[in-house]
Formats: sequence, C-alpha cells, structure tokens
Amino acid sequence: MHMADALISPAVGGTMWLASAGLTSYASRKIDVPSNGRLIPLMGVSGAFVFAAQMINFGIPATGSSGHLGGGLLLAVLLGPYPALVVMASILTVQALVFADGGLLALGCNIFNLGVLPCLVAYPLLLRPLLGTNTAWPRLFAGCLVAALVGVELGAFGVVLQTAVSGRAALPFDTFLLLMLPIHLAIAVVEGLATAAILAFIWHARPELRPGSSQAASDAGSVRPVALGLLVVALIVGGCLSWFASTHPDGLEWSIERAVGSAELPATGPVHGSLARLQDRTAVLPDYDLPSSGESSAETSDGSWPAVSPGGTVSGIVGSLCVLVLAAALGWVSRVANRRREQP
Amino acid sequence: MNRVDSALYDLTCLDDLARQSTWPHRIDPRAKAVTTLVYVVVIASLPPRAVVELIPFASYPLLLMLAGQVPFRILARPLLFTLLLAGAIGIANPFLDRTSVHVAGTLWIAGGWLSLFSILLRAVLGVAGALALIATTGMEQLSHGLARLGVPRGLVTQLLFLYRYVFLLGANSQALVRARDLRSNGKSLQLSAYGSLVGHLLLRTLDRAERIHEAMCCRGFRGDIPSGTDRRLGWPDMAFITVWSFLFVVFRQGHWLHPIVTSVTGIAR
Repeated sequence: MHMADALISPAVGGTMWLASAGLTSYASRKIDVPSNGRLIPLMGVSGAFVFAAQMINFGIPATGSSGHLGGGLLLAVLLGPYPALVVMASILTVQALVFADGGLLALGCNIFNLGVLPCLVAYPLLLRPLLGTNTAWPRLFAGCLVAALVGVELGAFGVVLQTAVSGRAALPFDTFLLLMLPIHLAIAVVEGLATAAILAFIWHARPELRPGSSQAASDAGSVRPVALGLLVVALIVGGCLSWFASTHPDGLEWSIERAVGSAELPATGPVHGSLARLQDRTAVLPDYDLPSSGESSAETSDGSWPAVSPGGTVSGIVGSLCVLVLAAALGWVSRVANRRREQP
Repeated sequence: MNRVDSALYDLTCLDDLARQSTWPHRIDPRAKAVTTLVYVVVIASLPPRAVVELIPFASYPLLLMLAGQVPFRILARPLLFTLLLAGAIGIANPFLDRTSVHVAGTLWIAGGWLSLFSILLRAVLGVAGALALIATTGMEQLSHGLARLGVPRGLVTQLLFLYRYVFLLGANSQALVRARDLRSNGKSLQLSAYGSLVGHLLLRTLDRAERIHEAMCCRGFRGDIPSGTDRRLGWPDMAFITVWSFLFVVFRQGHWLHPIVTSVTGIAR
C-alpha cells in the first residue's frame, strides 16, 4: 500500500508531508523519556522487529497466497499510540531510503496512511475500547480484525484519494476505489490475524505484558488531543465544507428518478403515511435545514455552488455533535458492561 | 534467496557502499538531503505527460552513482517493485486517455501512453535518487544530518536504533525462517505456527531491549545519541546545493530540449 513519488503531485505530497511531520513531531514530544527511559531502546528494537517480521510470510488458507504483518496495530498495543507512530515513521523512512519502497515525496502520504491511521485512529478508537483488559482470544481476534479492517481500509481510501487529487493516474476515483477496497479487505484480514496471533502468543507466554498490567498502563498514551482534533475536523466538515457538496442528486435518487420520473417515491398506504407523519413531527432539521425557513434549501436554492446556508451549517454541526454523543454513549455503555463482567 | 536473505543482503551492500571516501561521500549529508528533496519535488511538479523533460534529471543520480562508485545493480530489486506498483496504477492511462498528442514532426501518440511512460520514468528517477543518496551518505550520517536540519531528536534516535538493530534482528529472523524451512518439507507457514514463531522473535526482542537499556544506562545514556561531529556547511556543500538546484530549474523548463528532439526525429525520418 506504499504510495510512490510517480503517482503524486507536489501539492498533495507537500500537504501530507506537513500533516505527517506535524503529527510525528507531536507524538515525538509526547513520549516521556525521562520517566520511561526503557522506552527508547524498546522503540528501537520494536521497529527492527517489525522490519524483520514483515519479511516472514504465512500461508493464507484456501487461497494459495501468503501475507505478512504490517505492524502499526501491534506496535500501538505494545508501546502505546504515540511511540508506535514514531516507530512506524522511522520504519517507513528507512523503507523509503534503503529499499526505495514508497518515495521520498510520498513519505508523508505513507506515514499518514500506514502510521497515523492505525496508531492514532484504529488502535485508540477501536482496538483499545474493544479489548479493554479482557484478553480472551475470541475477543482479541475480533478486536484485531475490526481495528485492522478499519485501519487498512482507511489507508487504502487515503491512497485512492491522494492519487486522484494528484491527477497523475487517469483511473477514475470510483473505479480505483472499487479496485482498492476489496484487495485491501484481504490485506486487512491478514493484518488482523497476524496481530492477534502474535499478541495471543506473547500474552500467553508473558502475562505481565497484557493490558491492565502496571507496565502496559504506564505506556498507554492519552487520546484526548486526537479526539479533540477529530471533533474540530468533524465540525469544520459538517459546518462549512457541506456548502461545497454537490447539488446533484445522489446515486440512489438519480436511479429512482430515471426509473419512476421523480427523485422521491410517493408514500402509499396507511403504514407509509403514518411513518411519514411521525418523521415530520420528529425531524428537528428537515432536509438538513432549519424548520423556520419553510421550504428546504434544496427546493429554494437556485443551483448556485457553493450553497452557503446558515441552516446547512447548523444542521452539519448539530448532526456531528449528535453522532459524537451517540458514539460516546455507546462507548460508555460498553465500558460499564466490561467493568461489570470483570468484577468477580 | 528468500525475502529475509535478499533484504539483509541489500542492507549490507548499501551500508558497505556508504563507507567509501569519494567526493559524493564527502559532501555534507544535509546538502545531499536538501538537494534530493528539491530533485523529487521538481520531478513531481512536471506535467503528467512530461517524458522528454524528465530525461535530463537522470544526470543527478547517474553522476552521484558513477562518482560514488555505486554499482547500478543495487537499483534492480527496488526498481522492480516500484515499477510494478506504479505500472499497475498507470496501465489504465492508455485506455482512458486517448487524446492524440503531437510529439514531433509527424509523430502523434495517445496522451495516455505518454502519461504511463511519464509515471514509469518518474518511478525510476525517484528510486535512483533515493538510493544514490543513501549509498553515498549512509543511514547513520543521514540521520544526524536530519537532526541538524530540525527533525525531532526522538525520531532521529529512533531511526538510529532501528537501523542499528535491524541487522541483528534480521539475522535472528533469517535463522528462524531457515530452521523452519528445513523442517517444513516445503509446506507454507500456517497462522498457528506463525504466531509462535514471530512471537518468540518478539519476546527475544523485548529481552534484548531490556539488556540494551541497562548497558546504555551504564554508559551514561540520557535519552539522546550524540552525533560526535559538529561540521559546518562548507563551500563545496553550498555549491552542491546551488548548482544542482539551478540545474533542476533549467531542466524543469525543458523548452531547450524540443529542438533537439525535433532534429533527432527529423534525422530518423
């Protein structure tokens, strides 16, 4: 999944360099060396370990192919998210320089896709909450698979996006995405299985390395800055970037319009009617706009783009916050359930 | 030769090449790092269908490799992988971009072929530039150079550690894989055995980290690895950056190449 210099433009490469350099620099500062001197050599040899482990392939049953470890998730579990990002950045730098695997300009893209996404997104937001302190193997395998699927697919999406924006390859965005995501589904399964197999072995051999032990607790980093950063990005995207959304109908509406002549199917029957009335009463922001504006922005707009609309901005921000509250509530419920289960 | 063997062989070759003392080796690592960065940025900034304009850029890695006595065979394996990746994505270009483009004289070609050649040529130049840099500098010197350019010390220390121990753990990994291959009767490694095999390597790694930390503390380690040199950029280093950057800008314009191409194709006709 390494990006190559040949496929990206200086604007995309430079932007991703800045983003990755900023995040790696931040992660580097977050590593508390004076209070945890062991971490420096541990990070160094862990990086060398991932390098060596990437060269060992294992057979994938019923496919005749083989796969190997990526390493981001494993490092995040062993070292914590911030040290793991620094280690992944160093691995990718050595790969770019010594093995010419991914180019120098594409290094920022590769650190973001293969380092930031698994270490600062998939691990703290998925694997850590899913695992908790329960290291039973079904939970470990399920957690690793889910986190790897999200991390690797996000990385693949990043590759497609960066390639499409660069404009070097003529492959259309949607076709490239349809090619990349299924291929990386298989890679993600390999990554999840390999990570889970290694963790299951070392936690069995060295129970003191399991999450919840004193050493693991001291190595775990805070995800608060990352969560805050993602919140700010979500609010900006929901509040402002929604103005730049296409005014054309989406794929489903387009298909329905072609089939029946209008973008929305008429509600027929008593069940549809009562559900539509219920939706009208409960919809606080109908059609992503303020209810006081009478007609929806889609109906009143003259097709101008960008469609700057205060109602759309409020809807975007309220929607983002609702999703955040819902996700936080689910996480809280999951944590309480975990604690109850762990209590004797 | 399996993957572990070939990777270790490449690493050792590059490390040996970086210990020579030719004039490219004597240029400050910061000057080579900055110049190589300018090189890749200027190459990436050329239009998607640029092919002829890319050719003069080969002079940078070519000169560094010839003067630095770096054999071209070290390019073979990395080039193969990079060309496969870049070619897999660029292969659709000739089918999707059929616009006729005038090359020279009566020669017309589909735009997609030009952009595919351009992608492949950029891939070759990128690989050659990166390997010329590392083969004439060495990872250790380059890491210290990056630290002096403002790269965070944490990342530089990590790079130095990683590079130091990758040889050791690579050899461990090589021994593990060879021992398993000799006993496996040609069967591929299964996931259950993979967890145990790589897990053992990881446990050894963790033990090694502990021993290294104790040894380093005994030698006064305070979280930083000193470079041992405090070299300033001299005039050869400044001249290296200036001359190459100027040449890259001249190559970037590329207009001076068109009469040459036209005359060559004219003679061919």
